[in-house]
Amino acid sequence: MAPKLPPTHPLEHSVTTVAGSQAPAHHAPPRGILRWLLTTNHKEIGSLYLIFSLIMFFIGGIFALVIRAELFQPGLQLVNPEFFNQMTTMHGLIMVFAAVMPAFTGLANWMIPLQIGAPDMALPRLNNFSFWLLPVAFTLLLSTLFMPGGGPNFGWTFYAPLSTTYAPPSTTFFILALHIAGISSILGAINIIATILNMRAPGMRMMDMPLFVWTWLITAFLLIAVMPVLAGVITMMLMDINFGTSFFSAAGGGDPVLFQHLFWFFGHPEVYIMILPAFGIVSVIIPTFARKPLFGYPSMVYATASIALLSFMVWAHHMFVVGLPLAAELFFMYSTMLIAVPTGVKIFNWITTLFRGSISFESPMLFSLAFVVLFTIGGFSGLMLAISPADFQYHDTYFVVAHFHYVLVPGAVFAIMAAAYYWLPKWTGHYPNERLAQWHFWLSVIGVNLTFFPMHFAGLAGMPRRIPDYALQFADFNMLSSIGAFLFGFSQLLFVLVVVLCVRGGKKAPAQAWEGAWDLEWTVPSPAPLHTFETPPDFKRPTL
Amino acid sequence: MRSLWRWIVSSNVFLSTTPVHANGWNMPRGVTDVSGEIYGLHMTIFWICVVIGAVVFGAMFYSLFRYRHSKGAKAANFHEHTTVEIFWTTIPLLILVGIAVPATATLTKMYDTSEADLDVMIIGQQWRWRYEYLGEEVAFTSNMSTPRAQISGEEGFGEHYLQEVDEPLVLPINRKIRFLMTSDDVIHSWWVPELAVKQDTIPGFINENWVNINEPGVYRGQCAELCGIDHGFMPIVVHAMEEAEFDEWMLERKEAMEQEALGVDREWEMQELMARGETVFESICASCHQSEGQGAPPAFPALAGNERLIEDLEWHAQTVIDGVSGTAMPSFRNTLNPVELASVVTYTRNAWGNDTGDSVQPGDIAKRIAE
Repeated sequence: MAPKLPPTHPLEHSVTTVAGSQAPAHHAPPRGILRWLLTTNHKEIGSLYLIFSLIMFFIGGIFALVIRAELFQPGLQLVNPEFFNQMTTMHGLIMVFAAVMPAFTGLANWMIPLQIGAPDMALPRLNNFSFWLLPVAFTLLLSTLFMPGGGPNFGWTFYAPLSTTYAPPSTTFFILALHIAGISSILGAINIIATILNMRAPGMRMMDMPLFVWTWLITAFLLIAVMPVLAGVITMMLMDINFGTSFFSAAGGGDPVLFQHLFWFFGHPEVYIMILPAFGIVSVIIPTFARKPLFGYPSMVYATASIALLSFMVWAHHMFVVGLPLAAELFFMYSTMLIAVPTGVKIFNWITTLFRGSISFESPMLFSLAFVVLFTIGGFSGLMLAISPADFQYHDTYFVVAHFHYVLVPGAVFAIMAAAYYWLPKWTGHYPNERLAQWHFWLSVIGVNLTFFPMHFAGLAGMPRRIPDYALQFADFNMLSSIGAFLFGFSQLLFVLVVVLCVRGGKKAPAQAWEGAWDLEWTVPSPAPLHTFETPPDFKRPTL
Repeated sequence: MRSLWRWIVSSNVFLSTTPVHANGWNMPRGVTDVSGEIYGLHMTIFWICVVIGAVVFGAMFYSLFRYRHSKGAKAANFHEHTTVEIFWTTIPLLILVGIAVPATATLTKMYDTSEADLDVMIIGQQWRWRYEYLGEEVAFTSNMSTPRAQISGEEGFGEHYLQEVDEPLVLPINRKIRFLMTSDDVIHSWWVPELAVKQDTIPGFINENWVNINEPGVYRGQCAELCGIDHGFMPIVVHAMEEAEFDEWMLERKEAMEQEALGVDREWEMQELMARGETVFESICASCHQSEGQGAPPAFPALAGNERLIEDLEWHAQTVIDGVSGTAMPSFRNTLNPVELASVVTYTRNAWGNDTGDSVQPGDIAKRIAE
């Protein structure tokens, strides 16, 4: 059961052991459910994370479709406003904490050891624990929907005092669930940092690491910095609800705005936690299919670090209408606008990488290219939102909903899809069915734009977010969005089909599954055996 | 579900939803100088984004088309170019500075709430707005007037579905009006797009904003911050009128308020109290306790057949006046006048089979409030 530890003399190369050879037979894992409960193998835990995330993606998606079905036309037809509020809240919480974040952690588990030539994660038992906290946390969270008074109904941002004094009794369970999920994130982040800093193959410097590893290293530091702030703010809520304190209650001398400062000090870095690994994925895939090295590797690393640092200085742009003093308003407007600079550097780098390449359009590349275009559109609306005077009109409208869905769905989610198609040959030993994957891609692109593009107009025309019913002038936009949402939602079943088919069979993939790929993971066989790099590989810096 | 199908099959799905406003796609230019400036900023940054987008996506799609592997493109191997990298860092920075300058000017103007001609207090309450004209002794609450039957689909939609109220906020044009904004319960946000005013109303805080309207008209908006179950049913209507017309309206309102105050001193008949009480209940209480007094437990207790309420008149009256701390039941001490309080207490004690026969006089309530 003991995980394979790195050899004591990592620089000594054994001639007889080839990287990627099978584990000795006496390490045979237990069978059945126990194998998955007790596994400390980074590949198995990675798969657990990814499967969990996919299940949660569908649960969160069903909640979204309940919302879109109700908003298909004016009037209340399907659900009451109370349940509608629970759906918007749960959709946000599940997608952020249970779908997108675990998906990236799953990819990190699978790919970081393979990309840096390490035999496993640095802390394998902790790795097992980090994963198994998640099903506990989210079973608890989902169970609140069946409690008296219903589940959380105050939005995924849970502003006090709506989430304290005026909240349903189940809020205490919501707080516990979020605490557990937060511990899982922090432990996962510690593990990733320890792995990247200590277990790189001999000869691999920090500036040789694939960008996916770099962006995850920076993301992990963000997680460690801000998850405790979230833990703090929900503990203060817990005290207000159950122990008579008044942190956020004006009647007791507290401050409801303090809640928002604390929440967004966590919340803004949190949104970068959900996008930086996506930058890494796209920065790995685009050079592969352009058959040309990334244009500016160092500037990509510095841009990622700048975005991470700036993310701590922009939180109050979520609070432009709470009545900040003018000086604060100006500071946060300027700092937010600054983020456009390193983000621009990234986009220019991707495009310059394409320039004079030799480009082919396999499904991972298609999702990555869609990411570049649609994430940039989300970036543009982000820049508009940064302009504080204009934000007085945009704030809390569907324009904001359009903005953050553009950066999270064709942003983060498309990058995760791209990563899955890119690495499925390594995981399963088979290429995914390209024809079905292309169908999945085009239906998703059409669906996602049909869903979220009209939301810009609905918001500008005056529709606030989080309302179960709306005035008649917003009806056309909402009908289009709802049609798009159902198209996008059902298209994702194709993804499940492609994955299942790919696990069961398909065209055999060689070790180097893609012509232009040259990171270390492509030196081990496909599918990657349970244990890889028991002897560290000989890392050769590519001569550029 | 049945109403859904009825709606889908009815052929006027698209016809009936023609935008009410001519400009239903974009941010309105609005009717104040500030709203015009914000609209200008919005369009400027929009076109800047369009131009950048055209250049960036143009370069991208050119590369995708020109350097296709399938057409035998051979990859170059270049990377890193300091001049190019400095160029694409500085140019965006300069564009940003260009945007920041006018944005700063507009924001500074928006924050200047000094020298107002009229102060209006705006108080958010679950789920209505209260307006108090400071120094004028005129105050009222503004509730959504769209019938619930329209929302549930039993009746057709009215022209201003969900954006109509019983008492609009009346304001004069060409005067600087300062808004002082707060809340009695959770955070709300007062937003009228045509006035470009969106400001959170926060319990325990008073936020300031201002407006100087250029054109008379009716301007509609709604609560923009999630504030609970009826967040979507908290519209705002502003009726902006010529100054003389406004002054006349103000005089009439003052007289009406005085008449109402006189009512405290006389005996009220049971019937009068019940009629008045029903109106107050429907506009203030029914959103939580429901029209038939059945409530929505556990958050909103039932009033019909509520034993404590039926047995304890003292407690009942006090609860309406002071609210219940730690729950959604607010204090109505300052929101309702003694006539309204007495009539709504009387109504709830006698409606829906709560036949206690008690009537409460406005004079008694006034005494109780004074204590």
